[in-house]
Amino acid sequence: MSTLERDPLEQVQVLDEDGNVVGEEPDLSEEKLVEMYRQMRLARHFDKRAVSLQRQGRMGTYPPLSGQEGAQIGSAHALDDEDWLFPSYREHGAAVVRGLPLKQTLLYWMGHEDGNKVAEDVNVFPVAVPIATQILHATGAAWASRLKGDEKAFLTYFGDGATSEGDFHEGLNFAGVFDAPAVFFCNNNQWAISVPRERQTASETLAQKAVAYGFEGVQVDGMDPLAVYKVTREAVEKAKNPDEGELRPTLIEAVQYRFGAHTTADDPTVYRDDDEVERWKQKDPIPRLESYLRDREILDDERVEEIQASVEAEVADAIEAAESVPRPEPEEMFEHTFAELPPHLREQYEEFAALRERHGDSAFLED
Amino acid sequence: MADAQQTQNLTLVQSVRDGLYTEMHNDDEVIVLGEDVGKNGGVFRATEGLYDEFGEDRVIDTPLAESGIVGCSVGMAAYGLKPVPEIQFSGFMYPAFDQIVSHVGRLRTRSRGRFTCPMVIRAPYGGGIRAPEHHSESKEAFYAHEPGLKVVIPSTPYDTKGLLISAIRDPDPVIFLEPKLIYRAFRGDVPEDDYEVPIGEAAVRREGEDVTVVTWGAMTRPTMEAAENLAEEGVECEVIDLRTISPIDKETIVESFEKTGRAAVVHEAPKKGGIGGEITAMLQEEALLYQEAPVKRITGFDVPFPLYALEDYYLPSPTRVEEGIRETVEF
Ligand SMILES: Cc1ncc(C[n+]2csc(CCOP(=O)(O)OP(=O)(O)O)c2C)c(N)n1
Repeated sequence: MSTLERDPLEQVQVLDEDGNVVGEEPDLSEEKLVEMYRQMRLARHFDKRAVSLQRQGRMGTYPPLSGQEGAQIGSAHALDDEDWLFPSYREHGAAVVRGLPLKQTLLYWMGHEDGNKVAEDVNVFPVAVPIATQILHATGAAWASRLKGDEKAFLTYFGDGATSEGDFHEGLNFAGVFDAPAVFFCNNNQWAISVPRERQTASETLAQKAVAYGFEGVQVDGMDPLAVYKVTREAVEKAKNPDEGELRPTLIEAVQYRFGAHTTADDPTVYRDDDEVERWKQKDPIPRLESYLRDREILDDERVEEIQASVEAEVADAIEAAESVPRPEPEEMFEHTFAELPPHLREQYEEFAALRERHGDSAFLED
Repeated sequence: MADAQQTQNLTLVQSVRDGLYTEMHNDDEVIVLGEDVGKNGGVFRATEGLYDEFGEDRVIDTPLAESGIVGCSVGMAAYGLKPVPEIQFSGFMYPAFDQIVSHVGRLRTRSRGRFTCPMVIRAPYGGGIRAPEHHSESKEAFYAHEPGLKVVIPSTPYDTKGLLISAIRDPDPVIFLEPKLIYRAFRGDVPEDDYEVPIGEAAVRREGEDVTVVTWGAMTRPTMEAAENLAEEGVECEVIDLRTISPIDKETIVESFEKTGRAAVVHEAPKKGGIGGEITAMLQEEALLYQEAPVKRITGFDVPFPLYALEDYYLPSPTRVEEGIRETVEF
């Protein structure tokens, strides 16, 4: 029998907009709940600072996540240590949960390749900018792990827009056919830059697309961190240990909203109403979880302030650490193209190094 | 009429928009489709206002699917429309690559002329704007290598409008790559009326006796800067802006080379398998006996285009261009 056993048209919720319990709560310790709350605030504050750094010219184009903290933190917590995560480019919050330091995320968006250098014991794939391409990587890794006889789950994030790409369909189709332990987590934030969800597909929900591939789809309130945790946890467990006759993959559609622009290069006022943003702000995942925790006397004013202060300090430290990393050396461009530097690249590098030696950096750098 | 034409002072990206606007007015069959091209007017504003002017049936926001955009354009073109699909960044053209090389470039051949694919696939390309990963590549050689495709890269606002109109009127498919580094770097006079700049003709941007320097797109600027610097030392470069990468204007290049006996090619794409190699081979075949020095390729490196902390090192700078040309001249 199916673990999820849900109609993809039914939206799972645990907390309503005011943080009242309306569904079955997942089994999470107080400690875990506070950690999730703290990480959501961390992601929110990080986001605010990152946008501001971009505005000040201290960082390149940046994709904001505010509004999506519940989906990111809730789902990432549902993974076990040995599981894998295949992000798109907006999962700065989920990355924190998986142990990727904020400094790395900052470095990446500051244009340093090293931001993508994930520690050996952290199972996170690099950021994927071409839309939907990571979906196949997750499927492939999941499939490989089954062939090797592991018991792990592979979660991949993508947007509503990504469900239009061929890679989405191919990824889900392979996962169904080869029964790969993959969890497809769609951050349906309503917009793919200026194109609304209704313009991506004529399907009533995105979750229902799973039916076509032979496995389960579930729609969840993506701004309800507890509901997200719950459905993702069930999907992860099913990926590792399905019931008789049940397929391992799951498609989760987390219905949510990004409050800010698509990226700092985008101006959403051209295509979206302020009313709409305000409406979605009522569903903000942070006050929702906070109110739930206060009701249970897990949080009070003092603790909340303490958390906010510590979050601000942590982000400030990460920014300082990232900004004090010197510009990488041009040599690094050449070093990582192949396992061994081929002669033609060595030659290109040496020719360039000689020129740089002769003329100094100012002859090459714009700023 | 002999009257001076009305002109506007436009940036390169405004000239793209003006070209689209003009040709959509001239021809009801021209339609624009792609990601965010409608209400949003394109992420670079290249289609700004077209949606309001021509409506949602001619300026179409599609689902996020490049293979869908180009593949449907094949059917639309075969059925009598003239689609001008926009791919948001050339680095995201690869989902459509299958359609482009399997069908766009060969439908005429495969159907022995019964079906054709007159479309213009537009995409901003190239680096230098501190963009994220996969937003800076220049892979014009992929498309130039493909029979049945024309590849156009403008470098001035005037050429942009004229070449785009020619491309839309062309009976064959054209890949129209727009150097986004110079989308807004400067303005130029652009006639209000329609006019064509012929596909397949290079422009000589600077005349000189000593060395032929071939370039295109955003690299024309560092190349011209290098040429001016070299002129102060008495080296006169003839700078050719190719404008069309395929078919290449052999005549202009060879003629110039026969005069100078020396050549350099400047492009920001990687060196290996790039158009620089094509031009070098062409000079070998056509004008070997005029050659007085090896042809120098001044290019991006054979590495994936780096994130922006290193992109200034990657792109050929005026200093690199200057040194490269000097090497040829001093050989
Ligand atoms: C293959 C490809 N095409 C186009 C783009 C340009 N682009 C970047 S993000 C984006 C919209 C993505 O929307 P969605 O998948 O819903 O994810 P979101 O950013 O909303 O999380 C587009 C069109 C890209 N990165 N990759």
